[in-house]
Amino acid sequence: MYWLHRYNRLLAAATLVLITAGGLVTSTGSGLAVPDWPNTYGYFMFAFPWSGMVGGILYEHGHRLIASVVGLLTIGLVAWLAASEPRRWVRRLGWIALAAVVVQGLLGGITVLYFLPPPVSISHAGLAQVFFALVVSLAIFTSAGWLARYYRTADGERRIAADGILRALAVALPAAIYVQILIGAAMRHTGAGLAIPDFPLAFGRLIPPIWDAGIAIHFAHRVGALIVTLAVLATAGHVLYHHGSRRELVGPAWLLIAVVLAQVTLGALTVLSARDVTINTAHVATGAVLLATAIVLGLRAHRDRFPDITPVGAAARERAQA
Amino acid sequence: MQHRTLWTLATLLVFATAACGGGGGSDAPAAPAAPAAPAFDPATAGSVMGSITLEGTPPPAETIRMNSDPACVELASDTETEYYVVGGSGGLGNVFVYVKEGLEGRTFPAATDSVMLDQQGCRYTPHVFGVRVGQTITIRNSDATLHNIHATPLENAEFNMGQPIQGMEFERTFDSPEVMVPFKCDVHGWMNAYVGVLEHPYFAVTGADGGFDISNLPPGDYVVEAWHEELGTQTQNVTVGEGGTAELSFTFSVG
Repeated sequence: MYWLHRYNRLLAAATLVLITAGGLVTSTGSGLAVPDWPNTYGYFMFAFPWSGMVGGILYEHGHRLIASVVGLLTIGLVAWLAASEPRRWVRRLGWIALAAVVVQGLLGGITVLYFLPPPVSISHAGLAQVFFALVVSLAIFTSAGWLARYYRTADGERRIAADGILRALAVALPAAIYVQILIGAAMRHTGAGLAIPDFPLAFGRLIPPIWDAGIAIHFAHRVGALIVTLAVLATAGHVLYHHGSRRELVGPAWLLIAVVLAQVTLGALTVLSARDVTINTAHVATGAVLLATAIVLGLRAHRDRFPDITPVGAAARERAQA
Repeated sequence: MQHRTLWTLATLLVFATAACGGGGGSDAPAAPAAPAAPAFDPATAGSVMGSITLEGTPPPAETIRMNSDPACVELASDTETEYYVVGGSGGLGNVFVYVKEGLEGRTFPAATDSVMLDQQGCRYTPHVFGVRVGQTITIRNSDATLHNIHATPLENAEFNMGQPIQGMEFERTFDSPEVMVPFKCDVHGWMNAYVGVLEHPYFAVTGADGGFDISNLPPGDYVVEAWHEELGTQTQNVTVGEGGTAELSFTFSVG
């Protein structure tokens, strides 16, 4: 399980690199730099000459290559889970992750072939985060801490189980972050990133004096940022105040605070720098990190609701190994 | 459970694909042609001549950083932006001037020649041009690097094709009038061009002196429009008499 967990972490890290590369594609406007799919300028994608990795192709084809690596790693994960994971629901989760990455690849191809229609591109961005969340969850489920129930005493277990506020916050926060990411994706793929050109005000006012679809999406993202920031502070504050001795919760809580502050700063700088490529891309990557951190906290807060490795499953594993 | 999930995802994908519609097709039936106006006597043809001038000081041209593709750094002879091409007497180049109104109901012989859009030195040549509806545009890659040619019209069918090999050519046409259709290269973000697509042949693109000449025009009253990529459009009314030449001048302001 130790090496499986390490492998899961590797896949999670590769997925974050992939999401960052995807952010780079949109930030540089390179989404159509490779006009064909699944080929690249007529080449089988792995045979495309390295000398052709220029301009926007570097970003778009690079994104496709990294995606292939993530796809292969996911196949490897499913195989590994099938061979050694006794919990059926974890194995199923691996299959769902594989299905998600396959659909994600198809969405990526479709959006290229149809010139980046916003609904498809937004779905591509949204599914990327779902896949990342699945991989992060699998890394949690295979971790030593999870398997050991975070070394909680029975009293500690009861205390968390009875904390309805923590449980509610731990579900609401990832949900709020995901909705915010979807709004951000809609903003990005409809070209509304600078629909409100100033910050922190909107056209010099708290509420925009004029409205159109772009301004509405952009403003919704700003309101969403405020809601997510408050939700992070509420969740982290609750954890630090009521569960300060629980390391598995305290670590993500502090990380949430740091990441959300970084994310709000990056969002502001994205507008003020007129979508500087590096800042804009970092904003996408940091959003994914925020979601992953919230999911880690959420799963750990709900640990007692998940079953352990069953004796039946352990016996099956022993049989398989024999 | 797993199968159900897969089927659900597959169904969603099919719906998403169907919802997107076609990307490159242009199979819509053509609108019925308007009744043709009586043919005019070529001996009575007139013309519209004039110039476009720029008032004010345009922003200085910027040097394009082409180092994302080393081949472009080597190939490019001109690395300055061409948003404002201004001649010595204030003439404004790269302005598309065309008859916008006044030719309704007339039909014109189809264009038989093709127009070349070349990718040379990681720039488009020409930067601004005009074609007729249905006229062939030959798109060529003269560079020893790869380009994609991506047209982003609103009325016509969008297309995006790769030209990875030097000397590659292909031909495209536009089926509907549209002023202007932008072209861009997503590999080299600085490359862009514009084409005006018209039913009739009465258009011109100004040179660096800002001059234009639209000739062989039937006598009549017209609305002439001048389009510039940064400065927008201006229109003027003009009357062309039998065998006469009407003078028109447009002044764009900047700064």
